[in-house]
Amino acid sequence: MKPSPLLALFLLLVVQLAQAAPRIESWQAPSGARVFFVENHALPIIDVQADFAAGTAHEAAGKAGSAQLTRAVLDLGVAGMDETQIANRIADLGAKLSGGVDMDRASVSLRTLAMPDKREPALDLLRAILSTPQFPGEVFEREKARSVAAIKEALTRPDTIASRAFWTAMYATHPYGSHATPESVGALVRSDALAFYHANYTAQRCTLTIIGDLTRAQAEQVAERLTSDLPVGPPAASIPVPQLPAAGEQRLAHPAAQAHILLGLPALKRGDPDFFPLAVGNYTLGGGGFVSRLMKEVRDKRGLAYSVSSYFQPLAQLGPFQIGMQTKKTQTDQALMVTRELLATFLAQGPSASEVQAAKQNLIGSFPLRLDSNRKLLDNVAMIGFYGLPLDYLDNYPERIEQVTLDDIKAAFARHVRLEHLVTVVVGGE
Amino acid sequence: MPISHARLIPLCLVLAAPVLANPYEHQLPNGLRVIVKEDRRAPTAVHMVWYRAGSMDEHNGTTGVAHVLEHMMFKGTPSVGAGEFNRRVAAAGGRDNAFTSRDYTAYFQQVPKQKLPEMMQLEADRMRHLTLADDEFAQEIKVVMEERRLRTDDQPQSLLSEQLLATTFQAHPYRVPIIGWMNDLENMTAADARVWYDSWYVPNNAYLVVVGDVEHRAVFALAEKYYGVLAARPLPARKPQQEPVQAGLRRLAVKAPAELPIVMMAYKVPVVRNVADDVDPYALQMLAAVLAGHEAARFSTNLVRKQRLADEAAASYSPTVRGPGVFYLYGTPSEGKTRAELEAGLRAELAEIRQNGVAVEELERAKAQLIAGQIYKLDSMFSQALEIGQLEAVGIPHTQQQRIIDKLQAVTAEQVQAVVTKYFHDEQLTVAELDPQPLPSAPRARSSLAPRH
Repeated sequence: MKPSPLLALFLLLVVQLAQAAPRIESWQAPSGARVFFVENHALPIIDVQADFAAGTAHEAAGKAGSAQLTRAVLDLGVAGMDETQIANRIADLGAKLSGGVDMDRASVSLRTLAMPDKREPALDLLRAILSTPQFPGEVFEREKARSVAAIKEALTRPDTIASRAFWTAMYATHPYGSHATPESVGALVRSDALAFYHANYTAQRCTLTIIGDLTRAQAEQVAERLTSDLPVGPPAASIPVPQLPAAGEQRLAHPAAQAHILLGLPALKRGDPDFFPLAVGNYTLGGGGFVSRLMKEVRDKRGLAYSVSSYFQPLAQLGPFQIGMQTKKTQTDQALMVTRELLATFLAQGPSASEVQAAKQNLIGSFPLRLDSNRKLLDNVAMIGFYGLPLDYLDNYPERIEQVTLDDIKAAFARHVRLEHLVTVVVGGE
Repeated sequence: MPISHARLIPLCLVLAAPVLANPYEHQLPNGLRVIVKEDRRAPTAVHMVWYRAGSMDEHNGTTGVAHVLEHMMFKGTPSVGAGEFNRRVAAAGGRDNAFTSRDYTAYFQQVPKQKLPEMMQLEADRMRHLTLADDEFAQEIKVVMEERRLRTDDQPQSLLSEQLLATTFQAHPYRVPIIGWMNDLENMTAADARVWYDSWYVPNNAYLVVVGDVEHRAVFALAEKYYGVLAARPLPARKPQQEPVQAGLRRLAVKAPAELPIVMMAYKVPVVRNVADDVDPYALQMLAAVLAGHEAARFSTNLVRKQRLADEAAASYSPTVRGPGVFYLYGTPSEGKTRAELEAGLRAELAEIRQNGVAVEELERAKAQLIAGQIYKLDSMFSQALEIGQLEAVGIPHTQQQRIIDKLQAVTAEQVQAVVTKYFHDEQLTVAELDPQPLPSAPRARSSLAPRH
């Protein structure tokens, strides 16, 4: 390949992202879907993500697994194209289709090159996937069988067994505590997926995030095109408020060399202003990687675990605060004791002044690293859009962190992490 | 107002891999090479230090020492105490970690760009002045054993891969797991780590890769300042340890608690040794893409969807490694299908190509993925740094990146068919099967949720 003068020009024209957080534009598409857009021409790439209030918490009673299975089959057959044709088209365009399901959300993401001959057919295909999924019977049955097999396999693994027991202990009969089982998935039929799609993949439950090499006018057209034929329905009913569990400990047998240990409780909703003091405090407790107290006490000083951490997972309703680690099974009780003492001390005293300072320094200083690619921007903006956080959330993030005081941290932990609700699950161990 | 370059893109697309001076390269008198790729999209930078020493440079009895040393690199020097390295990176608003492979060991920090000098100072310090204290070693070796339990001993698929490589190779050190055998870890000493460190952690065995919002001449000057003071030293001789020719099918099984069986097939194949002249490694890489590079590839279409023989089926091949090459085919049989049936299905896919070749549009599809991937890669500074570092680890200059892409683009359907005919014989094959065992007792509550407090 010869050097091209045009390429030199191209490199010169590459636009530098502003130091501040990028400007998020937002509007409502004619369909009712909410749209979030960041214009960025630095690379000839467009990322589009449609998020629907269609996570596992929105499954009908007795239909555990329907959210996941609906999403899995969604892009495996659209009006006029079977799964092989879809896969061929995506591959020919050099596009990437991805997505997933969590408790609150189901996501469908497309990454495509920005040139019109790639972009247009890729967006057409995304529109078809969102608006005309066929859920072919044979494909549905095959994906159901694969899903059942994967769940059976996962249920032999200590990490899955621990995670499931932990969520059940935290949420009991609340939707966040529900798990797909081989039996529940095995009982699903195609009409369950169709029903789930029509009820949940509606324009009213959709947020569309667009990042990249488009103008605002183009983005508006894209949003209209992608959402105009979505099913129509009422907005999502809110997920019920979980009841906090009584403290307790559960031990499950497993032959693994290591015990898997989880401690936690339902703790934090998206949009709660306590997010900031909890983030600063948790950095010191177990969120700050190699410099956290859990890492120092459990790993560095005692060699009890390779990985140990704590984090908050804010959701539409109270999502968990969770401490997790794995240790050689004979060390289970020692690791638990160290962890509980450390947590109790932290809750009683909070971090030291210098720890608060170090946490802020890292959380603010590392802020540019959270936004230095389109992929990371997409994740952040999609989260802001889906959970209805303020559009200046990213702009204000450093300031909100800076304002946190030691008293804020102690008060926030006292409100959100109460030991009388802390559940413990140990899988394996002695 | 963002500046549009839309009209330029179609022309630029195929040239996306840099043909200008960027990345820039400079070598210090002590042998340390510095490679800088300027990427001004965001005010951040990634700094990586690569050492051309990985588990393939280890000896029996001290397997895993490359990776143990990687852990010990965070345990302090006379001027930067134990744990202080991580603390300083965190204070800089940075993220750091390290990784050990068969071929190399690498350390990285992602930081706001103004913190780059401090990161270079820290890395230069631990390149020569590591303390390697006995008490720190005694704690850290326990952490590494926990890592082995977590990632290998309790992971059926990892155990299977470990055994597969240990059987595929009998002389070449690729037979040894990167994390080391547990008994070697149990008997490792700080002195073993010291020998490793003194042998390989020298500027003439290392190179820096910096990608980000930086000016290359400034980075070169910083490298002179911090790394330039370190003395070069001769490296230990690297023996080739060539694997003797395999002369027949090898087969093994691993029993582990699991639900689903796994079949893994490993064929010995060549890798890139001469970027310009080689043909077969590129054809092998396109073969992997045609078999399993995307959802429309042959394995997904035929084995998973049409025949319902597999729940998962994949192929993988890495053409740029220091040691010998392996082409893997692997999968999980679907409900009611046996391991033998899946193995036969995987073999049939090879036989089909051997007899009938691949369609031109299949190859074009794989190439479309390749070109798009070159653009998408530019979205991540870390990926760009990683790609440069990995090529250099093998001894392939990063300036050959575009040449490699061109060679892949030039692969023909006939060449893909030819490599299947040439290399995929039972004499070169090792097959490993995971034989799933039921859990001793179905997971049951040893205690129900018992109240505490």
